[in-house]
Amino acid sequence: MDQPVLQLQNITKQFDGTPVLRGIDLCVNAGEFITLLGASGCGKTTTLRIIAGLETPDTGKVLLGGEDVTSLAPNRRGVNTVFQNYALFPHMTVAANVGYGLRLQKKDKADIRTRVEKLLELVQLEGYGKRMPAELSGGQKQRVAIARALAVQPKVLLLDEPLGALDLQLRRQMQFELKRLQQQLGLTFIYITHDQEEALNMSSRIAVMRDGRFEQIGTPAEVYDHPRTAYVARFVGTANILRGTVKRSGPVTCIETPAGCACAAAQGTPPAAGSTASLAVRSEQVQFSTDLSADGMDGVIREKNFAGGMLRIVLELAGGQQLVASRHGIDLPAQPGQQVKITWQPDHAVLVQDEEAGA
Amino acid sequence: MKNTRRGLWLTLLPMYLFTLVFVAGPLVYMVVLSFLQRDESWGVTANFTLQNYTQIFQPVYLQTFADSLGLALLSTALIVLVGYPFGYFMARLSARGKKRMMLALMIPFWTSSLIRLYGWIIIFRANGPLDQLLMGLHITSEPLRLLYTYPAVVVGMVYALVQFMIFAVYSSAEKMDWSLVEAARDLGASPFTAFCTVTLKMTLPGLLSGVILTFIPSMGLFFIADILGGNTVVLVGSLIEDQLVKAHNTPFAAALSVVLMLMTTAMIAFYRKVSDVKELEGLL
Amino acid sequence: MKKGRFRFSYLYMGLVLAIMYLPILLTVIYSFNESRISSVWGGFSLTWYRQLFRDEEMFHALWNSIVLAVCSCLLAAVLGTLGAFGMTRVKSRLNGPMEYLSTLPIMIPEIILGMVFLAFFGLLGLPFGMLTLILAHTAFCVPYIFMLVKARLVGMDPSLAEAARDLGAGEVRVFFDITLPLIAPAIASGMLLSFAMSFDDVIISIFVTGVNVNTLPIRVYTQLKTGVTPEINALCTLMLAGTVLLVALSVWIGREKKHAPKL
Repeated sequence: MDQPVLQLQNITKQFDGTPVLRGIDLCVNAGEFITLLGASGCGKTTTLRIIAGLETPDTGKVLLGGEDVTSLAPNRRGVNTVFQNYALFPHMTVAANVGYGLRLQKKDKADIRTRVEKLLELVQLEGYGKRMPAELSGGQKQRVAIARALAVQPKVLLLDEPLGALDLQLRRQMQFELKRLQQQLGLTFIYITHDQEEALNMSSRIAVMRDGRFEQIGTPAEVYDHPRTAYVARFVGTANILRGTVKRSGPVTCIETPAGCACAAAQGTPPAAGSTASLAVRSEQVQFSTDLSADGMDGVIREKNFAGGMLRIVLELAGGQQLVASRHGIDLPAQPGQQVKITWQPDHAVLVQDEEAGA
Repeated sequence: MKNTRRGLWLTLLPMYLFTLVFVAGPLVYMVVLSFLQRDESWGVTANFTLQNYTQIFQPVYLQTFADSLGLALLSTALIVLVGYPFGYFMARLSARGKKRMMLALMIPFWTSSLIRLYGWIIIFRANGPLDQLLMGLHITSEPLRLLYTYPAVVVGMVYALVQFMIFAVYSSAEKMDWSLVEAARDLGASPFTAFCTVTLKMTLPGLLSGVILTFIPSMGLFFIADILGGNTVVLVGSLIEDQLVKAHNTPFAAALSVVLMLMTTAMIAFYRKVSDVKELEGLL
Repeated sequence: MKKGRFRFSYLYMGLVLAIMYLPILLTVIYSFNESRISSVWGGFSLTWYRQLFRDEEMFHALWNSIVLAVCSCLLAAVLGTLGAFGMTRVKSRLNGPMEYLSTLPIMIPEIILGMVFLAFFGLLGLPFGMLTLILAHTAFCVPYIFMLVKARLVGMDPSLAEAARDLGAGEVRVFFDITLPLIAPAIASGMLLSFAMSFDDVIISIFVTGVNVNTLPIRVYTQLKTGVTPEINALCTLMLAGTVLLVALSVWIGREKKHAPKL
């Protein structure tokens, strides 16, 4: 129980001299739903393949239930994968696909049949056993792939962007179903996605990856509300980042920007006055007023457009930096070109670690 | 991990060995032979000589190369003329039409080349069906005696090889995106211009590989020249056979083969460079 | 306008097909000709078939051809399939040159192959006969199988094999459970093609065969070159029937491949 199901210790991996993973540490407890979130090329798939045993790390260890499996072949691991493109065997029926792992374990034929039926029921595909994969829709293939991986009762299920190929509506529905399955079976899921919404919806913890490193590991609320770095703030929920010199240090730290003073809650030790710092503020927290006598930073409305059920307003601060604010509704009286005062409540913004030096 | 790697190497081993011993070996031996001197009787002596190559430059042999090249060029040109439109039209058929046409082409394709050749002997024979037809229609007044003539050989070549061209053109025309032609037409191109600027360009890989697939064999198909041409047409292929079987001059036959092979591999290299395609298109 | 062009294309294809089939049909028709002279129709008869079935040597040649084609296409299937499989899995600098070398036999005129095999087998001191025939035929059958199987393997989703390994299959199981069934159609059509090429080959066979071993094409060829007997017509017709059977078989294999994922 206390033993973590899976541990990654300082994993590094290079492909043809290009570092893909630069020291990954991760500790996963039983029953967790961990999402590796990151842009394409950040190393999340490689991490998954190393856990699955399809790649060997250059350095570091993979521990499963406390046992070192780093150099163990994938077929001896008790970890199974749901592949991005499902990888259903096209020459086998759905039932044969699901039962493949069991047949390899030389289970009794009748046992296999009942187990396969149960699994198909679990993924809501009763009666589909005799079909061929080519006859299934994308969502159905996805379910078969999950059932097939679950058949061999893995300790950890790895899912590599399993919903990537589905359309939006189906994706939402499958998100819900995956979560239900995970909770029902009490399984540990390690899930890969580049979709922050998916990650925030499903995970018990999110590990935000960038350039072969974890930027932040935490619950969805932690990652969303208290991004540790500017990258996380931007990638998860697309926050605005402002840089400036620290003017007043404290639990609420204020920084000086060309457009005026901006304040945010500090996380941990606040930076010293006079140093450079960045703050992140989400677009829905950004307020602006056409009343120019009010307090706040000076800015101009540059453009406004309606997208995703929200009105997006691009504001340009004095000094040239741009901020995005969002509102419900489809329009507002203010027009592009209008001067505004911009504010937010200090505890709605957080100080974040800067991007890599120089960035 | 190491074990599986070794296992995978083991799967390669049989083909590698076979290829080295029975493909590379003979070819290397051929090159070596071409520099050796002919023995008085059957064999060869281990004396280095360039004589076999200089011998090729004798007018008789140069003429043979020129004739072969000429016949191959003529046949290939005719094959393009006949096969390209066929492959192109075929690609425009409906899915069912394509399937049926494929089937219709398959039977002659799989039929032994000798049988198909034999059919032409029947046709071309003096007073054979062709002569009877032509005389019956009063186009000619006496038998043409086409058998054992140059045209008969050309017909035989075209007939034996045209299917490679059809398949090659078809497979590249089939992959073509026809909306490109429509787009060209939409932008004001005449059917002819659209064909030249779009269709021809898109099917060029198929056309080129068809040319390779027909030109190369046509340099060596001596039995067509033998059967349909009698002794009127001497090709490099027949020359090599003669030197080997009748004259027992193995080194000279080897030298001829080396030259022929250089010519064909140069063509393939050129094709690969131009078309940027690894496999010959349409080779099934 | 459009219709007119389409009619022309039909006419064109019909004409070419007619010319393609003409010699074949004539052979069949004349095989039933009573008369010995092919230009004269002497009435329907099965004489030549009777004569053919009495020709023991012909049967011998036929048997040789079958043995030769079966052996070389099986041998080539094993070599070519394993080679293509290994080459897609092992990354090596040798792959490029080896691929070139092993497909060379169908890229150069057959006459060259015939000549080099004759010289080389002589050098090795191999007895000319069935053994040399099989070796030579295998050499030009390997490329067909290799190329078809490799194309199929390259087009195959690598995650299929990974999924099987992930579910507990070892390397060998993956090959037999996943890879082999998926490349089977390619192997089958490669073998069919090899069989046909081997069964049809004259040029290479003439050079590498021994004194006492005749294949069917060699026999037909020598008869065509010397004096033609109408017996050849009968033989050609029978071979044609065999061909039609083979085509039917290949269509059947093709159909199997198309329907498999649907059933």
